[in-house]
Amino acid sequence: MGATPEIANIEELVNRRLEELLPQKIEEALRQREESKTPSMAIIATKGTLDWAYPPFILASTAAALGWDVQIFFTFYGLNLLKKDVSDLKVSPLGNPGMPMKMPFGPEWFKGINWNIPNIVQAGVPGFENVATMLMQQTIKNNGVASIEELRGLSQEADVKFIACQMTVDLFGFKHDDFISGLDFAGAATFLPEAQKADVTLFM
Amino acid sequence: MNFDKELDARGLNCPLPILRAKKSLAELQSGQVLRIIATDPGSVKDFAAFAKQTGNELLASAENNKEFEFFMKRK
Repeated sequence: MGATPEIANIEELVNRRLEELLPQKIEEALRQREESKTPSMAIIATKGTLDWAYPPFILASTAAALGWDVQIFFTFYGLNLLKKDVSDLKVSPLGNPGMPMKMPFGPEWFKGINWNIPNIVQAGVPGFENVATMLMQQTIKNNGVASIEELRGLSQEADVKFIACQMTVDLFGFKHDDFISGLDFAGAATFLPEAQKADVTLFM
Repeated sequence: MNFDKELDARGLNCPLPILRAKKSLAELQSGQVLRIIATDPGSVKDFAAFAKQTGNELLASAENNKEFEFFMKRK
């Protein structure tokens, strides 16, 4: 209304240019924000066996090395991973059909055999778990895989935050003195708001 | 290639070579070069990803005789 043809023309040009430019600008701003943000990860560790002790500490220490903010919430059996002494962590092949049973010593042909031992035998033979644990520990050593203590220490050094579930501490009758230092004893209400902001959340 | 510090990560498995490299880099000044030797075949991809994420430049990576050699420049 009242606009001369020239002004209408300019407006149209401006609009067209804006439509071209805006997506680029928005993309650029989002990319900059993404790049300047420190990535973060929140893990819930619930298992207390030697095999399941690895994933949380491997991922946490690696993420910390990449410069991420990391926290692990240890609950239920996961609390065992925070004990001062983790040398008694065990692995059980019982009810775990995915676990290869191979010998970590002897000639190559012997090490290659996968011992398919039925569950009924694994359950019935006393000390089977101890033997399996010993074999796993030897295999870990042979392969240059870090010990749990080492990975845990590296995680702590790299400022990975460990939260121990106080409810489970009470439930299992543990004492704070059973655990390594540098822990926060807290509950789900402490963990969740942090996890909400995390880029990666994992349950293990 | 010239380097300022060397890290022997032979025999170590994931994620130790990366963790040790991170520590060694922290002891260098910006622009200095770390030479890493590893035997973990996974380290080839891992060091490339580590460089990309942390901004430390992977100047070169090579394999000879089942050993992997990396040169990384601290950012």
